[in-house]
Parts: sequence; C-alpha cells; structure tokens
Amino acid sequence: MTVKAISPAPALPVAAMSARRLLTFGGILLIVAGMLFGDLFAVFALHQNAGRMELALLAATQAVAGQNPAAVGQAFAKLADLVENRGTKVDTHVHMTDVGYLALLLALIQPLVALSEGGKKRLAKWFLAGAVLLPVGIFLIHYVGVAYGPTAVIGWASIVADAAGALLILVLSVEAWGLGNFLARRATADPEAELFRETSSWEERALLSGGTLLVLVGFLYGAWYAAGNLKEQEQRETTTLKEMFKPAPGQARSLVSAYSRLQGEKAVEIAAHSHIIEFGILGMLLAFVQPQVRLAPPWKRRSIELFLAGSLVLPLFVLLELKFGLVAGAIADAGGLMVIAALIAMLVGLRRSSNLQAQTGSLA
Amino acid sequence: MRAPGKVLVFGGVLLATFGMLYGLWYALALEHQTLNGMGVSLSRAFAAAAERRSTESEDALAAYGKTKCDYLRQVDVHSHWIGLAMLLIVLGMAFEKVGFAERTRLRLALALLTGSVVFPLGVILETARVGAAASGLAVSGSVLVIGSLAVIAVGFARKRAGDPA
Repeated sequence: MTVKAISPAPALPVAAMSARRLLTFGGILLIVAGMLFGDLFAVFALHQNAGRMELALLAATQAVAGQNPAAVGQAFAKLADLVENRGTKVDTHVHMTDVGYLALLLALIQPLVALSEGGKKRLAKWFLAGAVLLPVGIFLIHYVGVAYGPTAVIGWASIVADAAGALLILVLSVEAWGLGNFLARRATADPEAELFRETSSWEERALLSGGTLLVLVGFLYGAWYAAGNLKEQEQRETTTLKEMFKPAPGQARSLVSAYSRLQGEKAVEIAAHSHIIEFGILGMLLAFVQPQVRLAPPWKRRSIELFLAGSLVLPLFVLLELKFGLVAGAIADAGGLMVIAALIAMLVGLRRSSNLQAQTGSLA
Repeated sequence: MRAPGKVLVFGGVLLATFGMLYGLWYALALEHQTLNGMGVSLSRAFAAAAERRSTESEDALAAYGKTKCDYLRQVDVHSHWIGLAMLLIVLGMAFEKVGFAERTRLRLALALLTGSVVFPLGVILETARVGAAASGLAVSGSVLVIGSLAVIAVGFARKRAGDPA
C-alpha cells in the first residue's frame, strides 16, 4: 500500500502523539489483538475444550447409570475446571475488544473534555495500561489460581484484573468530569464544528450506514432467536438432562452428544448475534477517524469494503457452522482476518497522518 | 450538537449508568448466590439420580432450569441496556449526518431511546411472571428499536448537498 503524496518520514515517538491519537491507535490495536486472540482460541482451544467437557459429562452420566454418587462429584469437579478455563478465555477476548471500543469512544470525545493536553495524555496512557492489564489478568486467573494469594479464594491474577478495572473506572470518572466541565463552561474553542459537522465523505457514509445496517441485522436475528429458539432450547436442555438421569443401556454417549450439540447451537447463535452488532458499532466508530486516515482513495475504499465484508462473513459463517461444520468455521475465521486486515490498513493510514503532521509541525 | 443528538447522547449516558448500577446491584446482591445455586442444583440432580431418588432429582433439575432461565435474562438485560446505551451515544455523535429534517431526526431519536429503555424492561419483567404484558412490552420495544434503526441507516446512506464525493 503506498501513498505517493507522502514521502517516507521518520517514526513518530509516542510522546509526540495527542491523547486522541493515542486512544485511537491503542483502541484499534486492542481490537486487533482481541480479534486475533479470539481467532486463535476458536482454532486451537474451543473445540478441544468442548470435547473434554463432553467426556466429563459422559463420565457423570455413566456414574448415574452405575449408581456411583462419588464419581458424579469427581466428574463435576472436572467440569467446573473446564468451564473456568473456557470462561476466562472468552472473557479475555470480550474484554480486550470491548476496552478497544471504549478507547475509540474516548478518542471521539477528547475535543469535548475540558482538561489540559498533558492531563489528557496521562489519562490516555493510564487507560491503555489498564486496558492491557485487565484482559491479561483475566487470562491468567485459570493458570495462577489462588497460589500464594492473599486469601483462600482470591488469587493474584484476579487482583491484577480488578486493579486494572478500578484504574479504568478512575480514568473514565475523570474523563466524565472533564466532559461535564466542558458542558458547564464551554471551556475550549468550539470543537463541535469539526466533530458534528453535517457533511460526510463516501467513507463516512459507508461506515455509518453499513454499521447501522449490521446492527439492524443483528437485532432482527436476535428477535427471531428470542421468539423462535430461546424457549425451545431451554426445554430441550431440561428434557435431555432428564433422559441422562435414566439412560437406556448404551444410550449415554448419544444423549451426552445431543446435550453438547445443543450447547454448541446456543453458543454459535448467540455469538453470531453479538458479533454482528459489535462490528456494526465498530464500523460507526471508525467512521469518525476516517478524516485522519491517510491512504490513497482507492485503498481507503478497499479497506472499508474489506471491513464491511468481513463483518458480515464472520457472523454469517459462525452461524453456518451448525450445518457445514469446520468448512464454515474456516470461512468465519477468514472473515475475522478480513476485518483485522482492514483495521491494520487504517492503522497504517493513521500512522502516515501522524508522520505528516510531525513533519509539518502541526500536531493534533 | 442539536436536540436529536443531545437526546441520544444524554439518554445513552443515563441508560448506561442505570444499566451498570443494575448490574452492580445484581452482582453484589444476587449473582453469586444464583450461580452457586445453579451448580448445586445440577450436581444434586445428578447425584440424586445416581442414588435412584427420582423425585429429588427432578425437583433439583426443575430448580436448575428456573434459576438458569432467570439468570440468563438478568445478564441479558444488563448487557442489552449497556449495549443499547453505547449505540445511542455513538449514533448521537453522528446524528447530524442523518439526511432527514430536524423534526424527523428528533422523532427517530425519541423512538430509539424509548425502545432501548422498554425492550430490556419487558425482558426483565418476564422473570417476575407478570404474564403477556411483559412480552408485549419487550416486543414493542424491539419493534421501536428495529424500525428506527432501519430509517436511520437510510438517512446515513443519503448523500446531502455539500457532501464531498
């Protein structure tokens, strides 16, 4: 990707970046990292973990058939461990991408935060530090456990995650205070002219309308799911569990498979619903940074088309995994990579913009 | 920022605050007990089945089913209120770019805000077993959200006088 209008420039030191740029860069990087983590988790851990959970549940069902309550307890202890393993991985993915969204949202409101630029930069750095430590802490919870922990139930990884969460809350509170100051005093020169201008480029219109459409599709799907599937799946779960308590000889394995399939069904349907909505909101947030993305117009358009296409492909093929299995899963992962590639292209454009401003001495 | 955008941004901030406070209250007051109850009910159902105490097993399974159903709706309400609030804030920041008259934009903003409040409220009332009124509230809220979003998407896509290529 080249932009002929810009000559090569030396790397811009982070300290020379404004709070807005720091949050924009950091936000997009966090989203890219969160998505990569989600892709790697889906490929290398999700299905393997589901297989182990199925085995533990089979052991519990066989213990019921063998009238062995002690073995039931052991199987449930194993299940609890596997559920925690999966849960912390999913939470790492979700928290990393969500704090990325929050960073982009904060970047958006920076012109309305009535604080000094130095103060805003410090807040941005603290926010990004908390945003990295929070998912890292969550990820480590399963591995660190309560070893050397200050109490019998709380481990160091939980403390790191909680402290990072507290740091984020503190930063958000100060940002809210700065925003309140602006609204009360109209402290700075009118930034609304830039932020809330009525005109928009093709890129902004594409991301805003495309993002809204993605959210709309997600809501329609969610409504259909709630109306048609939710209660039926809850009833099917109860029925299958009941049958697992009195399995006919040789039926335990098929019952456990049916139960696992149901869990998989629910997981992909909810994932499709939440991913398409999150991509829609991300698209709208990215619309606001487009004026700062310095790429040649065709490449800029391609990055947006790639983002919107990937945002549709990933949730659609996650859903189709129920019918087409791993082939659909691979296409869904490719959709995720399309979004990641588009985000990296935008990062390159933002970096070029920073370099150009550093060269001309007109930093934002 | 004009009135429609302000409705969405301030409504979104209020809704997010309420959603977070609701989540905090639930986490502090009920979540731990609920999760513990779910795990205990399910393992008790299995253990009782292993001991061939079928009535106790079925009761424990029924308790598990009800607790899980309520828990999922509580979590859904919390996350939907906050998610919708975030959507309102982002849309509010960009609402000047919706290519309709000010009056239409204000109506859209009010419809979206009302739907965002009412839809999760209906879902949470379902757990209180208040009957069809709760479902009606949830359905009408989601119709308001979906309908207004469809119109907003068209508004964003419309090219207005003065827009660059």
